[in-house]
Amino acid sequence: MKEKGCSCNCSQNREAQFKELAPVLEQYATVPGSLITILQKTQDIYGYLSMDAINYISEKTGIKPAKIYGVATFYAQFRLKPIGKYLIMLCQGTACHVNGSEMIEEAICEYLGIEDGETTEDGVFTLNNVACLGCCSLAPVMMIKSADGDETYGNLTKDTVKQILEEIRSKAQEVTR
Amino acid sequence: MKVVIGQGSCGVATGARKTAAEFERQIAEKKIKADVDITGCVGTCYLEPIVDIYDDDGKMTRYVKVQPDKVEKIVEDHLINSRIAEEQAITEEDKQFIEKQHRVVLRNCGVINPEKIDEYIAVDGYKAIAKVLSEMKPEEVIEEIKISGLRGRGGAGFPTWFKWNAAKQSPGNEKYLVCNADEGDPGAFMDRSVLEGDPHSLIEGMIIGGYAMGATQGVIYCRAEYPLAIKRLEIAMDQAREKGFLGKNILGSGFDFDLRIKAGAGAFVCGEETALIASLEGERGMPRLKPPFPAAKGYWQKPTDINNVETLANVPWIIYNGGAAFGAMGTEKSKGTKVFALAGKIKKGGLVEVPMGLTLREVIYGIGGGIKNDRKFKAVQMGGPSGGCIPAELIDTPVTYEDINKTGAIVGSGGMIVMDEDTCMVDMARYFLNFTRDESCGKCNYCRIGTKRMLEILERITEGEGKDGDIELLEELAMKIKDGSMCGLGQTAPNPVLTTLKYFRSEYEDHIYKKKCTAASCKALITYSITDACKGCTLCSKHCPADAISGSVKEKHVIDTYKCVKCGKCLDTCKFGAIVKA
Repeated sequence: MKEKGCSCNCSQNREAQFKELAPVLEQYATVPGSLITILQKTQDIYGYLSMDAINYISEKTGIKPAKIYGVATFYAQFRLKPIGKYLIMLCQGTACHVNGSEMIEEAICEYLGIEDGETTEDGVFTLNNVACLGCCSLAPVMMIKSADGDETYGNLTKDTVKQILEEIRSKAQEVTR
Repeated sequence: MKVVIGQGSCGVATGARKTAAEFERQIAEKKIKADVDITGCVGTCYLEPIVDIYDDDGKMTRYVKVQPDKVEKIVEDHLINSRIAEEQAITEEDKQFIEKQHRVVLRNCGVINPEKIDEYIAVDGYKAIAKVLSEMKPEEVIEEIKISGLRGRGGAGFPTWFKWNAAKQSPGNEKYLVCNADEGDPGAFMDRSVLEGDPHSLIEGMIIGGYAMGATQGVIYCRAEYPLAIKRLEIAMDQAREKGFLGKNILGSGFDFDLRIKAGAGAFVCGEETALIASLEGERGMPRLKPPFPAAKGYWQKPTDINNVETLANVPWIIYNGGAAFGAMGTEKSKGTKVFALAGKIKKGGLVEVPMGLTLREVIYGIGGGIKNDRKFKAVQMGGPSGGCIPAELIDTPVTYEDINKTGAIVGSGGMIVMDEDTCMVDMARYFLNFTRDESCGKCNYCRIGTKRMLEILERITEGEGKDGDIELLEELAMKIKDGSMCGLGQTAPNPVLTTLKYFRSEYEDHIYKKKCTAASCKALITYSITDACKGCTLCSKHCPADAISGSVKEKHVIDTYKCVKCGKCLDTCKFGAIVKA
């Protein structure tokens, strides 16, 4: 995905490009120990951490880009690539594993034609395996994150998971139409 | 009348919000005088969504599995005609799930509205902090916790009073109390339940802890995967500030204490204290050598105490009811109650809080109702990736820190994943090694590279490529990783392999030498075949993606195992149960 703005990277352009981030940095840039919070808020705004964003944060906080990159790649939560409209967080916790989450993953991969960490061509879905969502009694479980909020689905089967995805996809297509 | 709907994450996942909306709609439409309210997780996850109706005289009736389409009947029967809607009412048997428990930590979960401080105050909330600030010295608070025998509920089981005292003894005016709410063990969710269902008990516990050790700042390090928990904590903190329980000069005592939340970003290793501190400081969450211990040099090099959510949520109860009352429960060395998260192949999954010392059998069969579909119990996994699998023959082991340690597993944070005969123990070991391989921070060579090598061997075995000597190699690596790792993650990472090798060695041997998976779970080692029950309906051969099934209409079909890709589609489509896998 191309960032908006011209490519000359002049400071004026960058300010415009990251104007939503300005209040976050104003609040946290000088507070020690806030890097993770800044990265979380950046990801909330843009959906992922672009290299441009990392460089911009570096400029404002004085933390070297290499260090920011190091922190961003250490934690499971951060993404360096854009994601689809709906983020499928498929639980791979112990209870889910015992109750067949691998089978659910296969069904999702087959239906969407993507692997863990990938995004569908139409940009609707991204699949992410996650460690544990803490709804173990409803295993297997997935959470779907989108602009409409977080929705958790439990007691999944190969069929129900396809139904759920189908419904979301047709809803997403209606909106674009 | 009041209609209360359980809205923890589990409840919401089963549709509790839609149920609540339906109640609101019907109540408005039929002009009934009743309020709709929320509460946290009741803990009987297998019965969600759960609705409690309180009559005006205070009598409570519990309805279970209330999907939106069941709402009308309940409104009609209970709210309008004042009679119990029997179809959805909880059965006597299911009532036992809660009645057999002894709830201290979960005392308010599923009872009060977690977003209303007045409801917490009405059940003696914030009375413990009032008692502490008006009549107890810090050392007396620590003494009371010592009498209670409370030990860390996050995994290590370290005496809480000792940690508090160490932080208190450390010189310096600036001290921190950190709550580890980064519940990372896959399969444990008691902390989430407390955060979502009773956030004030944690806040009160932290204020008491802060007073005891002389900390004026508290930080709650909470998983980002728990958005509802963070939201409810924020609401609770604002309300506590408004009422004067948090902030400057609490209840006019001159004691200052305030709290903030820091959202974790997803790293299991941050359960280790020094890694958690690094993460709080905005760094990569990598552990460092101890000493100095956090009690001497922790967050920003200041004395810091770190306790887990469940530990701290016990504190107000202990102070209010006395340490001796808590210590009277449980066993000599493992005192009080502990919350366990029952999940996996269990009939009644959910949160179970019982005095320590009950046997695994009492928890799994007595409360959890036994194994799903009445299958055979094979093992229970305790302690997550740092723990191990306890086999069926040890089901009468009492659940105490000491007895569970003897089996090779640990109590850990209290996850209990029950497994039946369909669960392959080699695959379980592979699953956990995959987890620890992903979560190793990479600082120690043995943990970083050793877990990867162990995982490769386990993958090879489950894929039918295991060879002679693999078991010995696993054992050798396991010991070296334990010895060569600095923090708890690496030191315990081989436990799932070691315990399964100890109790289920023959399964490993079957995989390697007989190329057989007893549980019929490892894909590469199973074969599908068709029995005489086949009616020749041709459905399986139509669905087979590999064209591996042949046969004429109304005649028994045959699977060509050479062509079979083991997708299991035939098994799913057969209506006569004629396909078997072994």
